[in-house]
Amino acid sequence: MEKTSKSAKFYLALVFIVLYTPILYLIFYSFNSGGNMNNFESFTWEHYSAVFSDTRLIMILLNTVIVALLSALIATIVGVFGSIGIVFMRNKSLRRSILSLNNVLIVSPDVVIGASFLILFTAIGVKLGFASVLISHIAFSIPIVVLMVLPKLQDMNSTLIDAAADLGASKRDILTRVIIPFVKPGIFAGFFMALTYSLDDFAVTFFVTGNGFSTLSVEIYSMARTGITLTINALSGIIFIVTLVLVVGYYFVSQRGKNPVGMGVRK
Amino acid sequence: MKEITRAAIAIVVVCIILFGVNKYLNQSSGNASSDTLTIFNWGEYIDPDLISQFEEESGYRVVYETFDSNEAMMTKIEQGGTSYDIAVPSEYAIEKMKENDLLQEIDHSKIPNLSNIDPYFLDLAFDPKNKYSIPYFWGTVGVVFNPSLLDGQTFDSWESLWDPSLEGEVLLVDGAREIIGMGLNSLGYSLNSTDEKELLEATAKLKELTPNVKAIIGDEVTQLMINEEASVAITFSGQAADMMWENEGLDYSVPEEGSNLWFDNMVIPKTAANVEGAHEFINFMLDAEVAAQNADYVGYSIPNTAAIELMDEEVTSDERFYPLEEARENLEVYKNLGLEMLGKYNELFLEFKMSAN
Amino acid sequence: MQTKTTKAFYLIPYYVWIVLFVVAPIALIAYYSFFDLSGNFTLDNYQNFFTSVYLKLTLSSFWYAFLITFFTLLIAYPTAYLLTKTRHKQLWLLLIIIPSWINLLLKTYAFIGIFGLYGPVNAFLNVFGLEETQILFTDFSFVFVSVYIFIPFMILPIFNSLDKLNPSLMDASRDLGASSWTTFSKVILPLTINGVKAGIQAVFIPSLSLFMITRLIAGNKVITLGTAIEQQFLVTQNWGMGSTIAVFLIIFMVIIMIITGQRDKGAYANGKNK
Repeated sequence: MEKTSKSAKFYLALVFIVLYTPILYLIFYSFNSGGNMNNFESFTWEHYSAVFSDTRLIMILLNTVIVALLSALIATIVGVFGSIGIVFMRNKSLRRSILSLNNVLIVSPDVVIGASFLILFTAIGVKLGFASVLISHIAFSIPIVVLMVLPKLQDMNSTLIDAAADLGASKRDILTRVIIPFVKPGIFAGFFMALTYSLDDFAVTFFVTGNGFSTLSVEIYSMARTGITLTINALSGIIFIVTLVLVVGYYFVSQRGKNPVGMGVRK
Repeated sequence: MKEITRAAIAIVVVCIILFGVNKYLNQSSGNASSDTLTIFNWGEYIDPDLISQFEEESGYRVVYETFDSNEAMMTKIEQGGTSYDIAVPSEYAIEKMKENDLLQEIDHSKIPNLSNIDPYFLDLAFDPKNKYSIPYFWGTVGVVFNPSLLDGQTFDSWESLWDPSLEGEVLLVDGAREIIGMGLNSLGYSLNSTDEKELLEATAKLKELTPNVKAIIGDEVTQLMINEEASVAITFSGQAADMMWENEGLDYSVPEEGSNLWFDNMVIPKTAANVEGAHEFINFMLDAEVAAQNADYVGYSIPNTAAIELMDEEVTSDERFYPLEEARENLEVYKNLGLEMLGKYNELFLEFKMSAN
Repeated sequence: MQTKTTKAFYLIPYYVWIVLFVVAPIALIAYYSFFDLSGNFTLDNYQNFFTSVYLKLTLSSFWYAFLITFFTLLIAYPTAYLLTKTRHKQLWLLLIIIPSWINLLLKTYAFIGIFGLYGPVNAFLNVFGLEETQILFTDFSFVFVSVYIFIPFMILPIFNSLDKLNPSLMDASRDLGASSWTTFSKVILPLTINGVKAGIQAVFIPSLSLFMITRLIAGNKVITLGTAIEQQFLVTQNWGMGSTIAVFLIIFMVIIMIITGQRDKGAYANGKNK
């Protein structure tokens, strides 16, 4: 591995600083006793204790995490198989049409998606709540998974599969031992982007939720009129720190005893 | 492959655990009663302690859901799928919901506390005899300004907004009815005007305002005014109260030519499952002590005379937020102008917005 | 490679998804686009779209989407490249994604504070003797925040295609006397073009329908097609006109897909497999 130069390090540092500034800004004000994000009065933990005493908020947070993880997982599975199907499609125009259809949900504004899913669910008779939210999140996350997985599949050298087939590998083996390991980075990318989509969504969730089921985004957006409380800042701070610890922790645990570079880039 | 399978299993396990925790919290927090009351309201628009109090007193378990705009709320209620027992729309939305047959009549005999409400707020044009709705909060549209950033301008008249000294200083609320309405008011017309000529005249006048416009925004106006990012904003009285709570240097004024008087009322949708509980809840919210506590928490003006007597004098005698009856004379409530006309308002507003850049 | 039946088996969920959640909503939108406010069949909505307001909207939407994509790519490509050179690159990559898991509305409020007249950016400029400048509600702040939102979507696919690049290719190119630029444009870029295209699609397409940012950060001085649709659906409740704009948005998307799509000769498995 070649050493990164000084200017390269500076550039990367700059990118990371910009990415993290708004979040640190939010966390900074979560300690503000002043109750708003403007004048920092004095240091307080009160907003953090407010988070832990608010059971409703914690339940909403858990709902949000469950929906995000499950929907991203299922969307990734469906999306990976979908993109394998697309890549192996022999009919050019069919492949093109499927790809275009795939991206319709990315370009559609949330309100349109939300309203049409709502019409769909009430027409089929799906009870609004956890299930309808989960299904919707899976639905709008699939295209981003396909977008992330596809380029890796296209980069795959076809001789690899031919070789495997010549060596007598079954179709199943080709899939699990050749294709999937090769596109793994794309799969992870798709999963993480699906998580992002799910965690950020307000409009679609709003329309398809019901019976008391709510996610963090819905709560936050509907607070806008009367002002978002710093409890939400504190909650975001906690989420951020926990995620950071989990990710870094998982990384170093999974690193032990493995090759030093890359979580599973090669295997 | 193995790694992917392992990650997938880990995710499922985590979800199951979280699901369990959630179930546990749900059981330990909610009382066991199976009778629920589902409330659909704006976020942070009720004191959560009052919900627990109501649960205790009535024995119902309250399910609380929130929305961020009248229109989104109406779409949900119209489409069905969830039965909301109580919703809190604004007055023009109530008119529309009535028209679309989404509301049911409220039985006044079950709401003895209705006598606490100031008669001025009852029997209004958007809901004669309050057949379908009971007042929750109310307010005006006006100008919030920061005297320390201005040289002595006052906003007793809309005309002051056009003052060249305010170049790039004015924040407008992102609503066609509010802004076109302001244009109409400034010319002395009614903000419910449907006269093509008056509307065009108002739009032309608004276009002259563009050099002064800093931005056309929504709820973020609160943060910007507190931060002293701009010196003048057109906003709702409730939000103005929020701002002045955080930044004492701000002031609020309702121009004399006239402005909008708005209401958020409680209604019972047609699809409600617990009509009995809905009535109990409305009655509960009208109780003098409850309403006073709620007004303290939310900070908006209440129409509840009995509650006002219990509240801090300093708040309730503030004529900016509790204007005297004479001062309310020039205020108008939005009428439902029909979709066709609303479309026209929006078109003109879009035209104005495009000219703002 | 696969027989029809096994192929169909694992593709079922994907096709079910397409039919239920893509084709059905499109059909619904197309259907609504032919009705006016009072529910009569009409072509007026389509005619309306070709009036100056909407054409102007379309043009400005495309212009901003182009700017956003351009700057995102400009920043993301070197970032992705440098990331592949770091130790613990997978960890750094994850750290690029994590900020996107914090609620967007909150981050936007943070930006309002940061870019404010008395915010940290202006305080920083003050140190260098510069006057407070209006940063919020300008094209700059709008593009900046949009780029901020989209950057992980561009970095990820580019990173993935760079990561697999065989370093010996670059060495070979250098040994053969190619300049860095030649190495980049003749060796690296062509080999990562699929990742770049995926990134462009993942950024440009949603940029056309950016919604909330246009109001919060651009103060409604930028209006996109997405904003117009949301307005029509929610405020005006003119689902017909809203659907019509959505139909055009989908058409534009398809055109973009065709432009940035695979040149088909490169598509995998074409004829290669029986």
